[in-house]
Formats: sequence, structure tokens, C-alpha cells
Amino acid sequence: MPGAIYAEGLVKTFGDVRALDGVDLDVPEGTVLGLLGPNGAGKTTAVRCLTTLLRPDSGRAVVAGIDVVKNPDAVRRSVGLSGQFAAVDEYLTGRENLQMVGRLYQMKAKAAKVRAGELLEQFHLAEAGDRPAKTYSGGMRRRLDLAAALVVSPPVMFMDEPTTGLDPRNRQQLWEVIKQLVSGGTTLLLTTQYLEEADHLAHDIAVVDHGRVIARGTSDQLKARTGGERVEVVVHERDHLTTASQVLHGFGKGEVTTDDHIRRLTVPVTGGAKLLAEVIRELDARGIEIDDIGLRRPTLDDVFLSLTGHVAEEDTDGTADDSGDPDGADGPRSGSSGSSGGSGSTSRSRSSRRKEATK
Amino acid sequence: MSAVTDTAGNQVPLRPGSAIGQSVRDSLVVAQRNLIRMARIPEMLIFGLIQPIMFVVLFTYVFGGSIQVGSSTSTQAYREFLMAGIFAQTVTFATAGAGAGIADDMHKGLIDRFRSLPMARGAVLTGRTLADLVQSALTLIVLAVVAVLVGWRTHENLGKVLAAFGLLLLLGYAFSWIGALIGLSVRTPEAATSGGLIWLFPLTFISNAFVDANQMPTFLRHVAEWNPFSANVQACRELFGNLPPGFQASDAWPMQHPVWASLMWSVLIIVAFRTLAVRKYRSATA
Repeated sequence: MPGAIYAEGLVKTFGDVRALDGVDLDVPEGTVLGLLGPNGAGKTTAVRCLTTLLRPDSGRAVVAGIDVVKNPDAVRRSVGLSGQFAAVDEYLTGRENLQMVGRLYQMKAKAAKVRAGELLEQFHLAEAGDRPAKTYSGGMRRRLDLAAALVVSPPVMFMDEPTTGLDPRNRQQLWEVIKQLVSGGTTLLLTTQYLEEADHLAHDIAVVDHGRVIARGTSDQLKARTGGERVEVVVHERDHLTTASQVLHGFGKGEVTTDDHIRRLTVPVTGGAKLLAEVIRELDARGIEIDDIGLRRPTLDDVFLSLTGHVAEEDTDGTADDSGDPDGADGPRSGSSGSSGGSGSTSRSRSSRRKEATK
Repeated sequence: MSAVTDTAGNQVPLRPGSAIGQSVRDSLVVAQRNLIRMARIPEMLIFGLIQPIMFVVLFTYVFGGSIQVGSSTSTQAYREFLMAGIFAQTVTFATAGAGAGIADDMHKGLIDRFRSLPMARGAVLTGRTLADLVQSALTLIVLAVVAVLVGWRTHENLGKVLAAFGLLLLLGYAFSWIGALIGLSVRTPEAATSGGLIWLFPLTFISNAFVDANQMPTFLRHVAEWNPFSANVQACRELFGNLPPGFQASDAWPMQHPVWASLMWSVLIIVAFRTLAVRKYRSATA
């Protein structure tokens, strides 16, 4: 049975640019998929296709059990989208924004009002709720935007670079909110160019580059592909390098690499922390003084580099995606997204989920 | 389809009703949003008033003395002749507002949000144009008061005067759909503002708005006579009783039947540009 988000061979071209070049995805219900890739990799285009904003040229996509191309209206009822920009009306108050979205999700006026109040509480915006959103900080706007995507507690959520442009503190806060949400059972597809973010939030990661998924797996699996863990030692005195190298050779599973300049030795190992303790004891027994020692696992940066041959993105540059065309694809104005199709039954119950999410 | 149809609980209360009912409600929700914005950015309304008031004053006192209409040389005749033109020009400038507003929504990602919601397709644009209609009505009220202050008078019954204002608002509403299409077609709000304004100048000046079109060179005269804008101005002049003595309307059909011509032009523009704009909206991307 396909997951809550399922895509098969999605292709989308803008002129000469193949923004999506046959993307396959499968996100089981209640899990988080991190779509990881640099600017222009096709992450945003994928999200736009899955949320009915763009019609794929070919391929099939099913979200919450509904075909995205055949029945876009029904999909819209079941998904929440939080985009790269905090898409809130800055002249409306937080409360007015949420009420408007609720009513456009076809809620009754009173229900929309109640729900807006709940969400303001949940997202720590109650105090600012009656101020125009333009007085909000960047982090508050993102939270409001996220709240707007959760008005009907949709079973499937899409977040396109939710923390791009936020400072570390606000990023942490938003991560907490997202974790809480996911613990309530929501299926989430999250795009990010922050490797740390995918590592932190996602159960599974799909690495995207040039419109294709080039690798997928858990964070650990991806790291394992790049090579397992290693022990890194920095000795205090250059004279000890040779002896230390012999010690490490005894514990290691491969070549010992030596960086004379910074007196650092690295060796691939298996055995984790227990082995690390043994290495320390042995070095100590031989009287080798060490400045630093650690068990180092490959980061997702290493993963990305080994998969694509180029680095992902400057991790510290939060402004990269805040302006301009995020996916580097010019001319997405053409094309059409069909939006005919009946609505079918509109009622669904996310009640239990919402209660958990609001706790 | 399990996620939507199998779970029948109604924790999320949904409004029942037909597609048309939904379309109307969604449009009103969006219109309300735009009206709240308008109330919180009063500068927009105020700046929107400055230009027409300036035109009223300039044309009345600076040009008024040297422009002759009909057989009358009195400045009062020109004053009354002029106002319908300025009213009509003012409502057509709503085009730029609608265009800039929608381009701004695109730019800020709001259109994406709206398009991801299960709402009626045309509602974002209809809501915007309805809010612009309210703004045009407010502008016209203020402008009419200023016009009366500088000496404008009507010479027909109230029903006809109100009908003239109705025609003006309908024209403004039609033009805001042109603005909507422009707003969806450009990349920045700034482009929408200038793109919404540039063509309005030739449109409103190659018309009977400020001068008697009969005195134009033949080619321009034909353009002016069939200009949708001229039909509206001529209709308003008739309904206000503001045609100067001795004024000879041209034989062209729209000038002979200006009320019908104006109605037809406005409806035609609404139908054509609403269709195009809604189609554009469906595939719009920021």
C-alpha cells in the first residue's frame, strides 16, 4: 500500500530546464521525509506538484490516498502547506489571518474563530494575536504561517524550507513545534538545504540533485554509505605520531591517515564508544599525551559531497533563498494546473490527532 | 480515497452548499480581507484621491477658460462638461490598484497559500475586484463633493444621476479585471503599477473626456468615438444633464446610444478579462 505521500516518475519542465526529472517518493503515514538538496535541485517544484500548485508534465502523485492531478480539490482539503515565504497578510492581525484561512477551508465563521484562538495559543502567539502581522518578528511570522497551514489539522503537511532565514534560536523553536506536530501523527514532507535540519527532524531522507532523487535512506544509512565511523586523535607532541599510529593501526579497520601539520591521526573503526575507551587506555599506557580524541561519524555534508561531488550549501547563509526564484527555474508561469473535478465527501475526522497536537 | 471518505466524523465543521454559494462566500471572505487592508492603509485611499482632485482644480481653473465646448463659451459649461470625464478617469485608475495588489500577493506568496486551499477558483480575484469597487465608490463620493464645491451641478432627476454613478462603478469594476490580469502577468508589484497606468493615459485622453471629440483629426475622432471610455463619459453627461448648449453628438452609434454602449462595453470587458484572469490565476506562480 502506498504511503500518505506517494510519487512515481514525476517530471516537470520549465522551458529547457528539467526541474523534476523523474522523482519517486514514498512517505509512510505518520513519518517525516526530509527532501534535502541545494538551491535549484527541484525541491520546491516537487512540493508544488504534490500540493496541486503545479501540474506535473508526467508521472503520478497520490497524497492522502487521492490522485493529485485527477482530484486536486480533494487533495487541497487534506494538506497543509507552509512555504518558503511566511505567506501571511501583514496588514491583518494574526487572528484575522487564521480566521480567513479557516473560512477558506470552508469552516463556518464561528468554528474558524474558535480554531484561530486555539492555534494562537498553541503557537505562543496569543498575546500578539490582535496585532497586525507586520509587527511580528521573522520567527513569529513563520509560526503564524505554520499555524495557518494547520487550521484544519491536515493529515499531510508540506513544509518548504520552514527555517530558511531564521536565526538559530527561532530555528530551534520551530523545530520543537514541528516535532510536536509529528508526534501527533501527521505525515510530513519537509524540504531543507540545512543538513542538520534533515538529520534532526526527518525519519527518512531523500537527497535531490538536478531534479532526481540520488539517494535515500535514514540519516544513519546515508552516513554508512559514505563510510562508517572513525577515531580521530590529536597528539600533543609530534614525536608521538609514529607510536600513536601503530596503536591506532592495531584497533583500526583500515589505513591510518596522518596529518603531520596538525598532529592528527584518523582511522576507520567499528566498535563505537567501547573501542574509543580502549584506544584511550592504550595510548595512555604508552605515555602518549593527547590534546583531543573523538569518535567521528560522517556528517550529511560528507554524504552530500560524496554523492554529488559538490557541497550542498553554505550552512550559515540564511538569505540564499529569500529572494528570487527558489528553484532556479525560469518561466514557471506558463503551463496549467487543472482544477476541475468534483469534491466528493468533504468530512473527515482529525479530531483525535488534533487533540494530541494541541496538548 | 480512504483518508477523506472513510472518516466521517465532523470535527472540522464544513459549510454545506452549492458551488455558486461557495464561490460567493469565498469571494466575500477575500473582499473582507482587502477592505480590512484598505482601512489599515488609508494612505492608499488618500493618494488615490489627490490626483483626481488635482485634475478637477487644474482643468476647472487653468484649462477651463480656454477650452470651448458646444456653442457656449462660459466656464460653467466646461466645468459641467468636464466632471463626467474626470469621474470616469478616476474609476479606471482602479486598474492599477487591483494589479498592484494582486502582484503583491503573488510576490509575498499569498496567492500560493490561496491556491493550496480548497476554495473557489475565482474568489481571490473576485474578492479583490469587489474591494476595489468599494474603494471606487468612496473615491467618487469625495470627488463629487469637491466637484460641487467648484461649481458642478446636475440638471436631471436623482434617479438618472444615480444611474450615471452606477455606470461609472460598473466601468471601474470592469477595468479592475483588466488590472487583475496585469497583476497576474507581471513579476513585480512595481511593474503592475506602471503597467496598469501607462495605457490609461492614451485611453482616457483620446476620448471625449476633456475635449469635444468632434474637433479631433478624423482618425483620432473615430478612435475616440468607439473608445469604451467615451461611451461611458457621454452616457454620464446625458444622465447628469451636463451636455453644453449647442453640443452636437457625433453620428457614431456609441455616441448616439451611450448608455447602452457603456453597459455593453463594461459587460464585455468583465466577461473577457474575468475569463482570462481566472485562467491565469489557476496556473499562476510566484
